[in-house]
Amino acid sequence: MPSARLLRPLVFAASLGPLVFLALGALQGTLGANRIAAITRSTGVWTLRFMLLTLAVTPLRVLSGWNDVIRVRRMLGLFAFFYGSLHLVTYVWLDQFFDWASIVKDVAKRPFITAGFSAYVLLVPLALTSTAAMIRRLGGRTWRRLHRLAYVAAAIGIVHYWWLVKLDTRPPRNYGILLAVLLLVRLFTVRKS
Amino acid sequence: MLIKPAPDIRSSDITDERVYLRRREFMKAAAVPAVAALTGFTPGAALAFGQDTLPNVRKGVVTLNEALTPWDDVTTYNNFYEFGMDKGDPSRNAKKFRTKPWTVKIDGLVNKPGDYLIEDLVKPHALEERVYRLRCVEAWSMVIPWVGFPLKDLIARVEPQGTAKFVEFATLHDPKQMPGQRLDVLEWPYVEGLRLDEAMHPLTILATGLYGKTLPNQNGAPLRLVVPWKYGFKSIKSIVRIRFTAKQPVSSWQASAPQEYGFYSNVNPGVDHPRWSQARERRIGEFFKRETLMFNGYAGQVAGLYAGMDLKKFY
Repeated sequence: MPSARLLRPLVFAASLGPLVFLALGALQGTLGANRIAAITRSTGVWTLRFMLLTLAVTPLRVLSGWNDVIRVRRMLGLFAFFYGSLHLVTYVWLDQFFDWASIVKDVAKRPFITAGFSAYVLLVPLALTSTAAMIRRLGGRTWRRLHRLAYVAAAIGIVHYWWLVKLDTRPPRNYGILLAVLLLVRLFTVRKS
Repeated sequence: MLIKPAPDIRSSDITDERVYLRRREFMKAAAVPAVAALTGFTPGAALAFGQDTLPNVRKGVVTLNEALTPWDDVTTYNNFYEFGMDKGDPSRNAKKFRTKPWTVKIDGLVNKPGDYLIEDLVKPHALEERVYRLRCVEAWSMVIPWVGFPLKDLIARVEPQGTAKFVEFATLHDPKQMPGQRLDVLEWPYVEGLRLDEAMHPLTILATGLYGKTLPNQNGAPLRLVVPWKYGFKSIKSIVRIRFTAKQPVSSWQASAPQEYGFYSNVNPGVDHPRWSQARERRIGEFFKRETLMFNGYAGQVAGLYAGMDLKKFY
């Protein structure tokens, strides 16, 4: 296991990987015929992955006894918010090109976009209250209750994915199973400890 | 023309004379990927344009004053679930797909049914180049120079009976060669259908090529349908059966999600997919979306087929 001091820089660098990969792909033209679709999909999937990684931190700590891992939880959560923001910007800018009328219609009329947008909105208060000062201001109990929203946001994010898939629902289903396992592990271990 | 199977020898045991006579070409064609695999070196142009040039193609039969989608995009961005769910899967997984020998069964309410070798099926027809828009139900589009011939000419040759009202098409079902068919995401084989008058429309073609070359496997080799005013999934690929029926066929997409995919599936900006808008589309290679045109821009030619029909109901 990496030393506690190295852990954060390592995770930070690794978390930028998907973005670097996308940027290089865009520059080299290797994102395929439909670049905007490729960017939308990649940023969306990475948002979900970072949400699940964030939610895996506490179960991992409890099960493995590796306490230092808690040091990267906030960072992973903020990366989920970061990729979610990129995902939203891709949709608003590259896909819709600031056609607000069309965007409002989409959010109101298309259940999968409504779900995706809701999941993102739920992440905003979590990102805003991620600082140490905010944790102090809210108090540990309130803060923890507020941040249970992370499970709700992840679940809605998976629904968003599920509803947009044309045929092959295996990927969103697998993310759903992962989320359920993480939630169960948390309920059965963290409560006891 | 009608191939009657010999009683004792399976037709698959015999090398077709045409194949035999062109054996050197096949060895050459096989050598390119082999060399690429052994050396890791890909002769880009040779592989990208590794298809045979089709001879005697009448150019400019249908033209379009819109930029063609580049060969690389047309041949690497494909929905062909038989070879995988991702757009890039078909070009990767269809490389070794065997399209020779290839037989098309024509049956149902028709006077000249039979198992036709593809060469015999295509030979009587003059190949034409037709530049058509292709609009995917996923709201992206391309402009493709197809090579093929009108389906109506083939239909006339096989003489459908008076009771035939529909044409049903099926793709090859061969999970050994088509890894996507090992997943039950759709009912295999893939089935599509047209009303007989849609099939007889002069815009409807059977394509054997694009960009003047034989069809790449990922684009539906050796024979596919192209119906430019309908969403792309109606243009069924790698056809092995054409059946004439009195009853309206049920397509694979209809069977899978009837509330989302109807029999007609005409491009219609006014009728949204239940989950996303069809009002606009992204032309591959362009940044800004463009307005989707009624019947994909072919309303002048095909709107009459649907006179008096409620297209919201018959989507």
